[in-house]
Amino acid sequence: MAVKSIFISGVGGQGTILAGKVITTALVNLGYDVKMSEVHGMAQRGGSVITQIRYGDRVYSPLIEKGRADVLLAFEKLEAARYVEYLSPEGTLIVNDLEMPPASVLVGKEEYPADIVERLKEEIRNMIVVDAVGVAKECGEIRAQNMVLVGVLARVMDWPKDAFVEVIRDVVPAKYVDVNISAFERGWDMGML
Amino acid sequence: MKKAFLTGNEAIARGAYEYAVSFASAYPGTPSTEILENISKYPEIYAEWAPNEKVALEAAAGASMAGARAIVSMKHVGLNVAADPLFTLAYTGVNGGLVIVTADDPGMHSSQNEQDNRNFAPFAKIPMLEPSDSQEAKDLIGEALKISEMFDTPILFRTTTRVSHSRSVVQLGERKSLEMKPYSKNPEKFAMIPGFARKRRLNLKDRLAALEDYSEQFPYNRIELGKNYEVGIITSGISYQYVKEVFGDEVSVLKLTMTFPLPKKLIAAFAEKVKEIYVVEELDPYLENQIKAMGFKVKGKEVIPEIGELSPEILREKLKGEKPGITFKPYAQLPSRPPVLCPGCPHRGVFYVLKKMKAVVTSDIGCYSLGVLPPLESIDSILCMGASISMGHGFKKAFEANGKNATVITVIGDSTFLHSGITSLMDAVYNRSNTINIIVDNSITAMTGHQHHPGTGYNAKEEPAPAVSLEAIYRALGVENVVVVDSYDLKAVENAVKDAMKYKDGPSVIIARRACALLKGKGPKGLYAVNEEKCRKCKICLRLGCPAIQVKGDGVFINPLSCVGCAVCVQVCPFGAIEKAGDE
Repeated sequence: MAVKSIFISGVGGQGTILAGKVITTALVNLGYDVKMSEVHGMAQRGGSVITQIRYGDRVYSPLIEKGRADVLLAFEKLEAARYVEYLSPEGTLIVNDLEMPPASVLVGKEEYPADIVERLKEEIRNMIVVDAVGVAKECGEIRAQNMVLVGVLARVMDWPKDAFVEVIRDVVPAKYVDVNISAFERGWDMGML
Repeated sequence: MKKAFLTGNEAIARGAYEYAVSFASAYPGTPSTEILENISKYPEIYAEWAPNEKVALEAAAGASMAGARAIVSMKHVGLNVAADPLFTLAYTGVNGGLVIVTADDPGMHSSQNEQDNRNFAPFAKIPMLEPSDSQEAKDLIGEALKISEMFDTPILFRTTTRVSHSRSVVQLGERKSLEMKPYSKNPEKFAMIPGFARKRRLNLKDRLAALEDYSEQFPYNRIELGKNYEVGIITSGISYQYVKEVFGDEVSVLKLTMTFPLPKKLIAAFAEKVKEIYVVEELDPYLENQIKAMGFKVKGKEVIPEIGELSPEILREKLKGEKPGITFKPYAQLPSRPPVLCPGCPHRGVFYVLKKMKAVVTSDIGCYSLGVLPPLESIDSILCMGASISMGHGFKKAFEANGKNATVITVIGDSTFLHSGITSLMDAVYNRSNTINIIVDNSITAMTGHQHHPGTGYNAKEEPAPAVSLEAIYRALGVENVVVVDSYDLKAVENAVKDAMKYKDGPSVIIARRACALLKGKGPKGLYAVNEEKCRKCKICLRLGCPAIQVKGDGVFINPLSCVGCAVCVQVCPFGAIEKAGDE
C-alpha cells in the first residue's frame, strides 16, 4: 500500500498526543509500517503543537511534506489555517469548530480571523467541521473531544471501527473508557463527507 | 517475536534493558528525558536522576570501571557540562561498556542553541554511532556496548529530536544475562596523573586506528546501490530516512551509522561506483569536511542548509529542484501561538512584580524562561543552566566598577539551581556581590515533564528519598539575607524584593515557593470570575498573560475551563472585580 499521511494540529494540552497514540496503536495492530513524530518540551506549554503520522507497507520519513497530507485533523480553527498548506489538493480537512485565542489575541494585540471556516470551505473540496467539544460534553467528558475527532478520522480513512474501540480500551484509564468509546462512536457517525 | 511502537528514546531504554545494562544516570533535557524515564521502569536496572550531566557521566564512569554496563543520557548542551570527564574517559577507557547518549535538537524546538554534537567524537577521540529510527536505536545500543568493551572506550550515541521523538515499529528481544566484569585495581589505566596519561594517550592512537578498521566492516555502514549510478548520496541519522523518502532506490546511497571513525575504504569504494557525490547531513558539514579531507570530491553545504532541521521537502527542493505542488495558504499572516506559562503557574506573579522594578534581570533555563515574552517581558538575559546567578554577579560588579548604580536580580528554578547554580551563588557570596537572587521553587523539574531532583524527596523510581534543603544550602554558603515567600502572594514577593534592595552586605536570596500548578494534588483549587458590575474594563489583568483571562467585547472574561484558581489576578485588579466563583 502506498504511504498515507495524517497531519494533526492543535494547542498544547488538547490531547493530540493521546489521539496520536490511539491512531498509531490501531494502525500497528492492523499490520502497517507506521511512523509518528511528536512535539515535546517547551513547545507543549499551550503552544501550537503538531503530530505527524505516516503508514503503509514501508515508511521512511516521519515528517510530512507540504501539499501531501491525506488528512489534516485540526483540533482548533486557527491551527487548521496555520497548517492547511500541508494538505494535498485531494485531501480531507477535519476541523474542530473551536476557537482558542492565542496570547496575542487575548491581550488584544492581534485579531483572530473571523472567517476561517468560510475561507477554508471556498478552497477545500473535502471538509468536515465538527463541534467536538459539544459532542464530548454530551458524552459526559469535555476532554474526550480528542476521541470524537479520532472517530471522524477513522471513518474518513475507512479504518475498521473495532480496531479502535479495542485500542481505546487498552490505552485510556479504566474509568474513562466508556466515555471515550462513546465519543469515538459519535465521531464515527459524523465522518461521512 | 513481540513488536512495539516506540519512540527513539523508548527504544534506547529498551536496548539498555535487552543488552544487560545495569546502571543508568541522566539529567532531564529535551529531547533526551524519556530515555532515563523509561529505563527507570525496568527493575533490573539501577536508574537515577543526577543533579547534572557531569555528575551523571562521572557516576556512569565509576559503574563502568567497576565492571557494569552503563548508560548516561543528556541533551546536546548537557554534554558541554559533561565534557570535562568525557575527554579524559577517552584516555582511561572502560571496564563494562559505557554508552553516552547525546540527543541533539536541530531547529531548537526546546533549546537555546543547535550545536552539532557529532563534533565531540573526533574532538574527544571516541567512536560514535547514529541511529536513524527506533529499531536501529534499540539494536545499536547493543552494538555500542559491544564496541565499547571490545575497544576499551566510551562511545558516543548521537540522536536528534526526530529520532528521539519519532515512533516506529521495533522488534523486541529478551534481556541478555551477563555477569558483571571482574574489577581489579589498575591505576595506570584509571588514575590519570600525567605520567600515566601520557601512556594512555599513545594507547588511544592505536585504538582509533583499530576502530577505523572496524568501521570499514561494521554492517550498519552500508552501500545501497540504486538504479542510478550517476548520483551517490552519503548520509547518516534521520537524514538517511529523508533521502530514502525522496529518492527511494533512484540513487545510490552510502548509509553511515558509525560516523566516527569514518570508513575511508568504504567511502572510496562508493566514490568509485558513482559519478557525483552529495553529502546530506543536518547542521554542520561534519561528514563533508572529513570526506573532503580524505581527498574525495563531494558537494554538501553549498546545496544543503546548515541551519535548522532538514526535511524531505528541503531535499526535494535542493536536490531535485521540485517545489511543493499546489498548496493552499489562506492567510499571509496568522496570530502566532508561542508557548505560554500555564494558568496557575507560580512563576507568573513573580515576573509581574519584577516587571515593575527598574532592574536588570538575568534568568535561566526552564519554564520560567517564558518570562522574557510579552506581556511579562521581565528578563534581560538567558544563557545556559546556572548562568543567571553568575551573570547577574558579573553585571553588578561591572556596574559598580564603573561607578554605575543598578539593581540586579537573578531568577533560577529549583532544579536548575541544584544543577549548577550553587557554585555561582558561592561566587556571589565569596566576592560580596549585592545581587538579589530569586529561586522560583516549584519543587520539580517542570519543563521537561515533572522529573524529580535532589530536592523533591523522591528518586527516579518514585521511591522516597532524602530531600536536599535549599535553606540549608544557603546557610552553608553563607547567604545571610534569606526570605521565603509564597509565589502566589504578590505583595509578599514585592516586599521581599524591595527589602532586598536595601540590603548591602552581600547577596540576598528570595525563595519564591509554590508547587507547579500541573503537579497532581499540589495545584491550587477554585474558580474565579469577573464581576461585570465592578469591572471598569481597565484590562490591567491582561498584563499577567494568563491564558484563562480573555478579551470579551470591550471587557474581559475568565474562561472557567482554563482557570485553576491561583487568585493572582484577584490581587492585580484595582477594583476588586475578580471574585471567587467556585471551589473546584
